[in-house]
Amino acid sequence: MTAPFLDARGMTGGYGAADILHDLTITVARGEIAVIVGPNGAGKSTAMKAVFGMLPLRAGTVTLDGRDITGLTPQDRVAAGMGFVPQVRNIFPTMTVQENLEMGGFLRRDDIADTIAQVYDLFPILKDKRHQHAGELSGGQRQQVAVGRALMTHPRLLMLDEPTAGVSPIVMDELFDRIIEVARTGISILMVEQNARQALEIADTGYVLVQGRNRYTDTGAALLADPEVRRSFLGG
Amino acid sequence: MIDFLNAVIVLANFVIIPAMAYGAQLALGAMGVTLVFAILRFTNIAHGDTMAFGTMVVIFGTWGLQGLGVSIAPLPTALLALPLGIAVTALLLLGTDRVVYRFYRAQKVNPVMLLIVSVGVMFVMNGLVRFIIGVDSQRFDDGARFVVSVRQFREMTGLDEGLALRSTQAITLVTAVIVVAALFWFLNRTRTGKSMRAYADNEDLALLSGIDPERVVRITWLLVAGLATIAGTLYGLDKSFDAFTYFQLLLPVFAAAIVGGLGHPVGAIAGGFVVAFSEVGVTYAFKRVVTYLVPEGWEPAGLLQILGTDYKFAVSFAILVVVLIFRPNGLYGGRTA
Repeated sequence: MTAPFLDARGMTGGYGAADILHDLTITVARGEIAVIVGPNGAGKSTAMKAVFGMLPLRAGTVTLDGRDITGLTPQDRVAAGMGFVPQVRNIFPTMTVQENLEMGGFLRRDDIADTIAQVYDLFPILKDKRHQHAGELSGGQRQQVAVGRALMTHPRLLMLDEPTAGVSPIVMDELFDRIIEVARTGISILMVEQNARQALEIADTGYVLVQGRNRYTDTGAALLADPEVRRSFLGG
Repeated sequence: MIDFLNAVIVLANFVIIPAMAYGAQLALGAMGVTLVFAILRFTNIAHGDTMAFGTMVVIFGTWGLQGLGVSIAPLPTALLALPLGIAVTALLLLGTDRVVYRFYRAQKVNPVMLLIVSVGVMFVMNGLVRFIIGVDSQRFDDGARFVVSVRQFREMTGLDEGLALRSTQAITLVTAVIVVAALFWFLNRTRTGKSMRAYADNEDLALLSGIDPERVVRITWLLVAGLATIAGTLYGLDKSFDAFTYFQLLLPVFAAAIVGGLGHPVGAIAGGFVVAFSEVGVTYAFKRVVTYLVPEGWEPAGLLQILGTDYKFAVSFAILVVVLIFRPNGLYGGRTA
């Protein structure tokens, strides 16, 4: 097996004196979907922040495509090929959909019109609403804007923090379909999800976290089939 | 019919035209306040004195140009000195940011603390202006006094009442339209302007998108320098310059910004006119207007003036209180003040 595209190994750290993450390892292979699930307070979002450089690490390394990025700021990680969609406050609400996408591509000096067209192909509803303020859209559409904004830098790893939080089940299924489409274009995806069952169904690899530690790591299908995982984390 | 026309002319001469000019000046001032609030996230108490400083530099520039014999008559020389005023004010604001505000920004202090800091900056700027130009009133308008004078108007129309349009009023309105159009074009059409709106909207996401906050802050201060200097100069041309008046202007300017919704540039414009029309309307004696409109013998005995002009600041204050009680986000739903 070749080295994974994202390799975050042995991450230990937290905001204050107490560590939240303990020797946590998350890897994502190229073009794969990896999902982090676990109970509330397991450190799922914190793990995501650690990968993205928003959490001070006492130990551990993060490499992206073989390059050590442990010391980089979040902004530099965006330039290095990461795209991040925060869980909340992930759009510019008083700007139009089109402007949100333009701001996503702010770092790029080349023509971004093609990338905007690609995002519109992926999320056709955004094309219809491109002159509307993003803050006026429905929850699911806002998430599409948020994902679209993150795609504007041509990331090779897209990180989504609970993309389906607060959207209806129908919209959730649609969002997952879109995420699979994004992965098919060769972009690796790391996702934190509250809806564990549905997320594991589309996951190539699943990580079950408990109290900031790796508890189970396997393919999504294997985790879904594991009776112990089902009983403890998927509600039977 | 003639009486009705006369009434309209009196109203236009004493209420509508002065309030339009005053409203435009307030709107430009309020847009500066609103920009600082939206992007730097604090209420800038020093804005009135920033206007005073900018105007002071323009006055010196005007005197210098007059000394050199430069003139753009019939337009006031001050317009030619505006770029100098804006440039020096920009240096002052960037310097203040570097020395004072940046320190607090780095610590991510509470907005209330920055407000108090700006009170300190206000005292320093206020002292600076009084120290350099003094506390006396300065008139610095030259060029033509009127576009249309009362006598010309009477001769043109044959009406009893005259309508005067002072050139400073006309210049105020034209300049305000140009400045507002340019500002909106900048904020809505340019990459830099959009990045400023993005930063105002969602600071963290702007950072993630690679927008440099310090650059946004610098450009904001440049725009504020421009807006404050232009607003102050137009006010000074229209009325006169004295440091204390500019300090007092803070109240109507803030009322305008809050009425429209802090952080909302369109709201600042609407707020400017709401405050100006209220202030002029409430303090104007409507006796002459009404006298033309009612049948003979019904003329009102009193002045029909709601408040004496000495109380004009009470109007802004009342508007401020009412808006904060009933619609704290302002007409256009800006952020909570």
